[in-house]
Amino acid sequence: MITEAVVSRVLGTALQTGGDFAEVFVEDKRSSSARFDDGKIEELGSGRDRGAGIRVVVGDTTGFAHTADLSEPGLLAAAEAAAAAARGGGGGTKTVALTTQPVTSQPVLTRPEDVAKATKVELLQRANDVARSHGDAIKQVSASYGDSRRRILVANSDGLVASDDQTRTLFVVGVVATGDAGMQTGRRSIGHTMGFELFDRYQVEDLAREAAEQALTKLQARPAPSGALPVVIGKGGGGVLFHEACGHGLEADHIQKKVSVFADRVGQLVASPLVTIIDDGTMGNEWGTFAIDDEGTPAQRNVLIQDGVLTDYMWDQLRARKEGRPLSGNGRRQSYKHLPMVRMTNTILTNGDTDPGDIVADTPHGVYVAHLGGGQVNTATGDFVFGMTEAYLIEDGKITEPLREGNLIGNGPKVLELIDAVGNDFEMGPPGTCGKDGQGVPVGDGVPTLRVSSLTVGGTAA
Amino acid sequence: MSEELLQIGDRIVALARPGEQVEVVVGRSTSTEVRVYEGQVEQLASATSAGIGVRVISDHRQGFAYAGSLDQDVLAETLAEARDNATFATPDEWLGLAEPDGLAVPDLDLYRESLAKVSTEAKIDLAVELERAVRAQDGRITGVEAADYADGVSEGAVVSTTGIRAAGRETSCYVSTYCVAQDGDDTQTGFGFSVGRSPEDLDVTVAAADASRRATRLLGASQPASGRVTVVLDPYVTAQLLGIIGSTLSGEAVLKGRSLFADRLGEEVASSVLTLVDDATNPLAYSSSETDGEGLASRRNVLIGAGRLQKFVHNAYTARRSGTVSTANAVRGFSSTPAVGCRALSLVPGSQLQPELLAEVGDGVLISSVSGLHSGVNPVSGDFSTGAEGLRITGGELAEPLREFTIASSLQRMLAEVTAVGADLEWLPMRSAGVSLVVRGITVSGS
Repeated sequence: MITEAVVSRVLGTALQTGGDFAEVFVEDKRSSSARFDDGKIEELGSGRDRGAGIRVVVGDTTGFAHTADLSEPGLLAAAEAAAAAARGGGGGTKTVALTTQPVTSQPVLTRPEDVAKATKVELLQRANDVARSHGDAIKQVSASYGDSRRRILVANSDGLVASDDQTRTLFVVGVVATGDAGMQTGRRSIGHTMGFELFDRYQVEDLAREAAEQALTKLQARPAPSGALPVVIGKGGGGVLFHEACGHGLEADHIQKKVSVFADRVGQLVASPLVTIIDDGTMGNEWGTFAIDDEGTPAQRNVLIQDGVLTDYMWDQLRARKEGRPLSGNGRRQSYKHLPMVRMTNTILTNGDTDPGDIVADTPHGVYVAHLGGGQVNTATGDFVFGMTEAYLIEDGKITEPLREGNLIGNGPKVLELIDAVGNDFEMGPPGTCGKDGQGVPVGDGVPTLRVSSLTVGGTAA
Repeated sequence: MSEELLQIGDRIVALARPGEQVEVVVGRSTSTEVRVYEGQVEQLASATSAGIGVRVISDHRQGFAYAGSLDQDVLAETLAEARDNATFATPDEWLGLAEPDGLAVPDLDLYRESLAKVSTEAKIDLAVELERAVRAQDGRITGVEAADYADGVSEGAVVSTTGIRAAGRETSCYVSTYCVAQDGDDTQTGFGFSVGRSPEDLDVTVAAADASRRATRLLGASQPASGRVTVVLDPYVTAQLLGIIGSTLSGEAVLKGRSLFADRLGEEVASSVLTLVDDATNPLAYSSSETDGEGLASRRNVLIGAGRLQKFVHNAYTARRSGTVSTANAVRGFSSTPAVGCRALSLVPGSQLQPELLAEVGDGVLISSVSGLHSGVNPVSGDFSTGAEGLRITGGELAEPLREFTIASSLQRMLAEVTAVGADLEWLPMRSAGVSLVVRGITVSGS
């Protein structure tokens, strides 16, 4: 995108007011989307975002500026603005010698931009037709397709230059069904860091059928119970629980400011011994996977909790520099317009050895959550919520009636301790977007079937 | 300044082919963001962004493309891409750009020259002062995770082949803080903010006091027992609830069978104490603007009048297809086509302040904040369940703090069960205003 000589001069300018560290992040992102709704191909859209973000760190102060002007004068102006915001003592002319790091991007077999738009549109039509074939109760179907190719280049005053080429492809189906008790919704999505070969691995017809069945099942749903109950979380779709319950609290920015219930707890037992939690940016083709993070650090597999013991936090450049420790590959940003922060990648709870059927059979009365929606956590208190988008009652060890939607609420450290069964059927869940401080980044999560012995279920039934 | 954006729009619109409708949205903004931590600048960011979105409708098909750049080569490519995208869409006879409807564009005072004269040092000082003020509020405040100042100048223009040519600009700024209070082993957090059009509008003391009060009043909170109660929603919570109610009144949701109020126009859908208005011409609203995303003049729309559903909100497309006129509710940035959404919602306030409402309620729960609204509320089915924190109301007064519980009902029931709207209307940094609200029959799930 930009020559090394230009990058080197830009870094030199960024350091001219005495910065300790300077970084140039260049991004060129193209995206395309297609949306089907209400029986029609409503719209195809295309997007292009291109620019650079430059930051300068002096002591604990970060100066940042971004520009959509990638010419050398444009980049130098941004570097000056960032440098002006972070003034250090020394200054003067500095030269940065750069070494290009070898990077292997995630493989892409079929570039989405090489696929005819008509082919993408046809996927939507097929999904619609299958969902609508599930009877008259299906009143509305929407389907959307999206792909993006994000090329990034990161260079910093430590001499690093690295680039990555990230392609993601996504497909979502949403269904509305109507019955005697009103409307219900069903939704399924798939997304991977790969190209159009996504549709060799998954059939849109399967997604459409599952979304339709989810909506139809929920038409029969009764109000969810209210109060503390054992909750069995199904494989795959329940991973967001750990993203919220402990993931955010293990991000080093929260730790350094002591606004996490997990601060100062490395080496301690913070969870049931059944629990091992890993954040892994290297998992092949997963939604939260990349070759380098947005600070140029190679993606890594980081064990956060091993058999219940807290082993480490997640780190970005700023926080790791402060502690003088190695980077973990968790420095991410939404775009060149944003400063990087500590972010998760793919957060998973690893397999236990219990048969998932036994976990349900062993639960006399409780709730089985097949799919969770989004969630939210207060890292300082550990209190979190997340929504149940598909849940069932468990009665006498059997999954019985479907339940209406509701939130579950709990406290992260408490819930980790209350996990009393972990299945052996690990699966990744659907693609997610994690929001933090106004920035969204793609993340993955996954879990085997597991049980929390007590969670508060926020339904309306007694 | 905006004239330049209009001219960019003019140039692209002039490239429209016969029989083709072209609409160009151009946006440009500059921003400054300061974050202070322990008396020092932690982050200082400054930026300029610009971009363009092009919508093409030909043969009743619509295509769209955007680019985060105003470079000449990119502009031409964006039009070509939108044109190509249109050829793949299904023909829809109702498609068409907005057309001028003769309503005069209101002249709103949203832009302050004075913002440009404020130095970076003065902006930093505001954030430093805010952090200091939060710490000084209460001895139990043990940390201030963030003390921020941010401002922005944004300008936008919409130009189309149908004769739309509108431009506007505005300034905005805010201070906000997020603090931690501790008492023994107990930790709670609170946020506070102040918003305005330029720094002289900002009140650092109010932001600090709000953050401190929110954090300290929850110290010692316990989980309540489950049960059915009357709740009083704090203004901030009501504003969030209104945002969801507003989404169910979208003409698009109605057309596509995703609104629980689809067949209810003219019927009682809420308690008679509720009158819900969407009015982006109100200069007090943080989200006010002179025109909507398709360049039509902003106007006042009464959506629910004394409990009766009077109107859905529309953009040009949904209005045409519904046999009505646009309510100027096209919402968008330059990177998307116009959706339909409420722009500045508020309830007509009642006559009682919160203490009087509490006295009338007698026993119940004050809900001071909710979490998980995006995951726990389904605006299609109306199912409503969120995490909540608050204080018990005993004998008409606030009593012990409560945490780790959920409140649940349905949107339909909640609207019907509102017994009073407070007098404490306040505009918040979102598309709706807050006001205290009393709602009966809410299920609390706790221990």
